[in-house]
Amino acid sequence: MTALARPMPAAACPGCVATPAEMPAPPPEEARIALSLPGIHCQACISTVERALSAAPGVKSARVNLTLKRAMVEADPEVRAADLASLLQGVGYEAHELDAGALAATKTDAAGRALLVRLAVAGFAAMNVMLLSVSVWSGASDATRDMFHWISAMIALPAIAYAGQPFFIGAYRALRARRLNMDVPISLGIVLALVTSLWETSLSGHHAWFDAALTLTFFLLAGRYLDHRSRAIARSAAEELTALEVPRATRVTDGAETEVPVAQLAVGDLVLVRPGGRMPVDGEVVQGKSEIDRSLLTGETLPVFAAPGLVVSAGEVNLTGPLTIRASAVGQDTSLHRMADLVAVAESGRANYTPLADAMARGYAPAVHILSGASFLGWYLFTGDLRLALNIAAAVLIITCPCALGLAVPAVTTAASGRLFRKGLLIKHPTALERLAEADTVVFDKTGTLTAGTPEVENLGDHADDLPLALALAQGSRHPLSVALTRAARAAGVTPVEVEDLREVPGFGTEATWQGRTVRLGRAAWVGAPEEARTTAWLSDGEGTPRPFRFHDALRPGAAETVAALAASGKRVMLVSGDGEGPVRALAERLEIADWTAGALPADKAALVHRLGQEGHKVLMVGDGLNDTAALAAAHVSISPASALDAARTASDMVLLGGSLAPIAGACVTARSATTRIRENFAIAILYNFVAVPLAIAGLATPLIAALAMSASSITVSLNALRLKGTK
Amino acid sequence: MSILTYLIPISLTLGAVGLVAFIYTVRSNQYDDPEGDSRRILSDEWDDHPKP
Repeated sequence: MTALARPMPAAACPGCVATPAEMPAPPPEEARIALSLPGIHCQACISTVERALSAAPGVKSARVNLTLKRAMVEADPEVRAADLASLLQGVGYEAHELDAGALAATKTDAAGRALLVRLAVAGFAAMNVMLLSVSVWSGASDATRDMFHWISAMIALPAIAYAGQPFFIGAYRALRARRLNMDVPISLGIVLALVTSLWETSLSGHHAWFDAALTLTFFLLAGRYLDHRSRAIARSAAEELTALEVPRATRVTDGAETEVPVAQLAVGDLVLVRPGGRMPVDGEVVQGKSEIDRSLLTGETLPVFAAPGLVVSAGEVNLTGPLTIRASAVGQDTSLHRMADLVAVAESGRANYTPLADAMARGYAPAVHILSGASFLGWYLFTGDLRLALNIAAAVLIITCPCALGLAVPAVTTAASGRLFRKGLLIKHPTALERLAEADTVVFDKTGTLTAGTPEVENLGDHADDLPLALALAQGSRHPLSVALTRAARAAGVTPVEVEDLREVPGFGTEATWQGRTVRLGRAAWVGAPEEARTTAWLSDGEGTPRPFRFHDALRPGAAETVAALAASGKRVMLVSGDGEGPVRALAERLEIADWTAGALPADKAALVHRLGQEGHKVLMVGDGLNDTAALAAAHVSISPASALDAARTASDMVLLGGSLAPIAGACVTARSATTRIRENFAIAILYNFVAVPLAIAGLATPLIAALAMSASSITVSLNALRLKGTK
Repeated sequence: MSILTYLIPISLTLGAVGLVAFIYTVRSNQYDDPEGDSRRILSDEWDDHPKP
């Protein structure tokens, strides 16, 4: 709303218009590289970053956008984003590469801009016509009044023809589909008001409704703009999350490695995936040994051993050693994308939800038309005066025109989503808040949602004597289990023993020589221990039986509090996971969730959510993996964390921006409060109608009364929406 | 009341100038980075000569 608060900044600064050379340079035309800079906050940051980037070789120009915390760089083709990011890290700013292609949509928000210009035109016209109308109301008469009316007409007709287009188009579409929406009474009211006003003016009548038609357009456009803005902010934040995952892969051709965009990979290409990297394609391992983490796809926490011949899917994470993959499916054909079919089938869960505003319009629009038509007929039959009857019909339509109704929903959702955004929850879907308010059942996924996806040692206390050796071995590896073990042992104040020849065997574990014996930490089969159904690393010191280190997933911050708060507010909490029974049961007991299902396939999850929906429950699904995607889409409302796969984030209505689950419980409260405010706003708007409509039908409504009622109800509704911010 | 002949065109023209100026600011991307622009003005980096 900054633009509305100061509508004509340049008018106070004619120099700005006279010397266009001084206007801020537009962002580089073909910005090749986009960088996300979450840490910048001040003028000094802008200068430092721009200076550092411009000084880099090959960079033509760089411009920082502080609002989006982003830098756009135009540079020679050989400049790599990773180099620029590390350069900025050098001067003290965290920088991440963004995929410029995924950001393309936010670059110019053409729709928002068009709406803003329409709003400005409507505002300009409404102000001028209102000034003329005030003179008429305060007693201008005869020729002066006629002239003022004609000038008003000259301003109002072109202004409404331009600014009112969104409503006319909306109404036309609805009518063509034989439906009624809010745009129909709006358009009818505006057009009828203009027609009767013109007629009145040509007969030098007393009342013209040009000001009412324009103010109406202005207020309604303001509601539209608010709505559009809060959605644009959410969309841009969601796109930024997507753009942070730059789709790039390392292709191996004749032993030479080249970095290429994932889109350029073809079936049969050899792709190198380094430890910690995500598989860009479906394929088969041809070289290397490692372990892979499939939790995002299946919910399984147990890492899978990878060796030549193993079939891998896009989205799995490589853990220990470099792997070379022969691509068998790329791009749209990967299993990641095929999941979209499942989502499309499940989409129906949301499609039959009617937004509050539409439900309102369905009852309101016919009532208004019947009322207006009846008063026209009544007056015409009673007096036989067509002009009077038409005038009264127009007055009824103008008074009942859903001006406050148009603001009732956007004002509240803007306030609520702004509030939730600051708490770390991004509202992607326009009706998500209303649906969240209705949720009575919460279904959680386990891996990556309730748990953080990082393992934690469970039985550290059993290994007091082995810990120095285990730490010495674990230190040498980047495997998540080793990292967790190292962290836990260090925190316990353990000093590692001296070992020699420490080396990591990708896919198996770490090995070293200690006191003349070969010692190992790794997979069960490798150290000669029995397989277990849970995540376990075994330590073998060369003599005696190997000792197990058992791991469980660390809870995501806020998980316990969120589950407790949701249960306390009377919601049914369920846990559904694709993981094995052991880990799921353990977690359910830890969080006191009575209702849990283990080993659920993606289709099982979606079916469960669907069944709950058919039983009349409103399901809130919280999940992050590919296996949750269908369930997320089938649920009444869905939330996914920022760490989720792109597909899961796309399928859900809201995204948690931080690492914590804590905003969910608060969001349910805010959503309920927002829905209450929306209903209150509808009640206020209808109350005004109850007062004003009898006046209009009785033929007592003047343009002055219409203007007062309209402004008063719009302002009351907006103020009521702002009350939301005060609630804790 | 003949003064109206001048006053009305003048007021309309002034309003129109404001409207055109606003549309110009929208078209030239001046609302893309409101936060950054409000801070840039505090910088003395390009005070002596414009940014090349």
